[in-house]
Amino acid sequence: MTNTAFKDHLGRPIIAVTGMGVITSLGQGLADNWAALTSGTSGIHKIERFPTEGLSTRISGTVDFIAIPRPNAVERSFAMARETTTEALAQAGLSGDFEGPLFLAAPPVEPEWSDRFELADRAPPPQRDGDAYDRFLTAMRQRPDPVFLEAAQFGSISERLSDHFGTRGLPVTLSTACASGATAIQLGVEAIRQGRTDRALTVATDGSVSAEALIRFSLLSALSTQNDPPEKASKPFSKDRDGFVIAEGAATLVLESLESAVARGAKVLGILKGCGEKADHFHRTRSSPDGGPAIATIRAALADAGIGEDAIGYINAHGTSTPENDKMEYGAMLSVFGERLKDGIPCSSNKSMIGHTLTAAGAVEAVFSIQTMLTGTLPPTINYTNPDAAIQLDVVPNVKRDAEVKAVLSNSFGFGGQNASLVMTREPA
Amino acid sequence: MSKSDNDVVITGIGIVTCQGVGKDAHISLLTSSEVAAPRVDAERFKPYPIHPMPEIDWSQQIAKRGDQRQMENWQRLGVFAAGLALDDAGLKDNAEACGTMDMIVAAGGGERDINVDTLIVNEGLKRNDREQLLNEKLTTELRPTLFLAQLSNLMAGNISIVHKVTGSSRTFMGEEAAGISAVETAYHRIKSGQSTHSLVGGAFVAERADIILLVEGIRAHATGDWHPLWSRAIENGGGMIMGSVGAFLVLESRTNAEARGAHIYAVIDDIEGDRGRREDRGLETRLGRLAGLASDLPASDLVVFSGSSGLVDLAARERAVLESEFPGAAIRGYGGVTGHALEAQFPLGLALAALALDTNAHVPAFDKDHEKPMSGGATHAVVTTVGYIRGEGLAVLSGNA
Repeated sequence: MTNTAFKDHLGRPIIAVTGMGVITSLGQGLADNWAALTSGTSGIHKIERFPTEGLSTRISGTVDFIAIPRPNAVERSFAMARETTTEALAQAGLSGDFEGPLFLAAPPVEPEWSDRFELADRAPPPQRDGDAYDRFLTAMRQRPDPVFLEAAQFGSISERLSDHFGTRGLPVTLSTACASGATAIQLGVEAIRQGRTDRALTVATDGSVSAEALIRFSLLSALSTQNDPPEKASKPFSKDRDGFVIAEGAATLVLESLESAVARGAKVLGILKGCGEKADHFHRTRSSPDGGPAIATIRAALADAGIGEDAIGYINAHGTSTPENDKMEYGAMLSVFGERLKDGIPCSSNKSMIGHTLTAAGAVEAVFSIQTMLTGTLPPTINYTNPDAAIQLDVVPNVKRDAEVKAVLSNSFGFGGQNASLVMTREPA
Repeated sequence: MSKSDNDVVITGIGIVTCQGVGKDAHISLLTSSEVAAPRVDAERFKPYPIHPMPEIDWSQQIAKRGDQRQMENWQRLGVFAAGLALDDAGLKDNAEACGTMDMIVAAGGGERDINVDTLIVNEGLKRNDREQLLNEKLTTELRPTLFLAQLSNLMAGNISIVHKVTGSSRTFMGEEAAGISAVETAYHRIKSGQSTHSLVGGAFVAERADIILLVEGIRAHATGDWHPLWSRAIENGGGMIMGSVGAFLVLESRTNAEARGAHIYAVIDDIEGDRGRREDRGLETRLGRLAGLASDLPASDLVVFSGSSGLVDLAARERAVLESEFPGAAIRGYGGVTGHALEAQFPLGLALAALALDTNAHVPAFDKDHEKPMSGGATHAVVTTVGYIRGEGLAVLSGNA
């Protein structure tokens, strides 16, 4: 094979995916997740982690089956990332030190409330309004607590992953809100294209569901309140959709230059063909109503991939099930794909079953996108019984469908105007 | 070093520290013959001294009152410093340039509502159903906008909204390492042609009891009065004095900068971040390797801007490495006169280095007992940051000669 077989339309190294791992509320590992996802199973359930009495939203897609030494977001996020990375490296056939960079999408973390209550218990009594932290400080001076600090350090998850898997250099921990998982992949792609490395570990994890996180999103009216039954709440592109379902999960993709993957005889699962991004300056939580930045993001991903919109055979939608996102995303897709969108490009939302895994979503959905091409099966959008007449989409309603797909577009649009899209293909060219 | 089209150059500097607002206050610092003790507030969070924010007229960079109200000081400071950098680069009102500009923000988290937290823990002292209490109080007391002010990626989000920087928007987290990776990533993207112009930086607010509490978890704070950076001793606490800082840079390819006739402060020659075990001379070995990036620079006109946190042991270990790797160079622990700024620390070091190189400064000693005077004006600079817990980075800069 000549060298050009390993270069893309711009002469850059082609990027292969050689390993994948995933955890969602549906279970651990790609096999279990895929079986559940293609059978239209929902992982959304009543919250058991904390009492929900009096809360308007009492359901989520938390991951409660991973053992952790302390119940906090850092431990949970780390444990899930460790598991998905172990799975991905095994699939990639890589053992020993990874020897490439780590790009980690992780949730912003803060001390848990249980820790604040504990500090208050051992602190002096209240003396004036708003003095909790002065009292906490008195208690902390008397007995320092490195664990308290470490559980709120944003760098502590990547630190442990780096040590565990022997990644090289300074790991990047990032957040682009709901686009974070896609951004982690994009950073990995860029590093390989820069020629700085032959491989990159891209990981996204989010184990941050807590009462405060839930209530904060609730106060922004972002969450579904259709609590009963839980598995019916997330209904992307439906008329009666009323918000997203907060969820947890993690995913890892091992990215390699195609050349290096082929040279070591690795199985190529798919090609990370292109990435696009464009920020929105419209509003802190709302997208530009005209979908301009989302359109630019999709177009940038297609251009980066060097393929036309007619080459896309399936869209893994952001599809959060909020009234606003689904409408805006549809409009953006319509202006890129035109009439073909109505019945020519199936477009489903994994979030109908796993909820919105927030920081992890972009990577979780990238794994499912590759798996769609590998298996020739489109996962459905479940709970699609009351279509929104204003959204004319083939959402692969309720039941999976067989289809040969050569190229997938996966969208991620976030709070704070951070948008990213990925184009993945089955074959290098 | 010969000039090249894809050289990564610094063309805009937005800087706010206790030394003042904007580059002029910091050029004064870097070119004065003697440095006065910096502004310190030793009372507000007694026994922990901090370097406070200077007086800032937010409306100079955040025109709309509504935008100001949507943020707390952490996001405000970042948006303000980003605006200064864009202004300085001459790109503030250039819609085309901002609309295609890449952005990487190094971020922690925003302010918590201390009053709500106090209310909840106080009530919790009287009740056993604390989780139920939490639901009641958070539902009724939390302000929705404060959640947005807390979100890490919303500093970048607000920069997009206020300054219309929308080419791309990424937020890196992880204390000092976030700032190192932000500059490192922007550098490599420009160097390889993936980006032509980028806004990169961060902000840190020291006047926050919630952050002070975290850091006290390992007794890292200096206590009592301010002492120069390398002169801090364990009798006065851990050694770290935090400072409120906003530091943003506009980085461009040389081609992009020269095509629009931009002023070039300095060239970034190289940059790298790393991490790992610090015991058994692990830190020294890594810093020594990173120092190799600057091995062919003449010591006589080299200034090393060390971003040491001031933690007593780490500071001594870093200084020993720098003295042995760069014998004859002038070492300046800038955190001593600005405070330690976590995510913003490394971008701050680059901003100071770029100003020093641009003015060919004889940078005065920030700690006279431990830093020697410069024999010539700075033409090369090294910037280091050793994270107070983890992560190290080093950049090499040259004047645009």
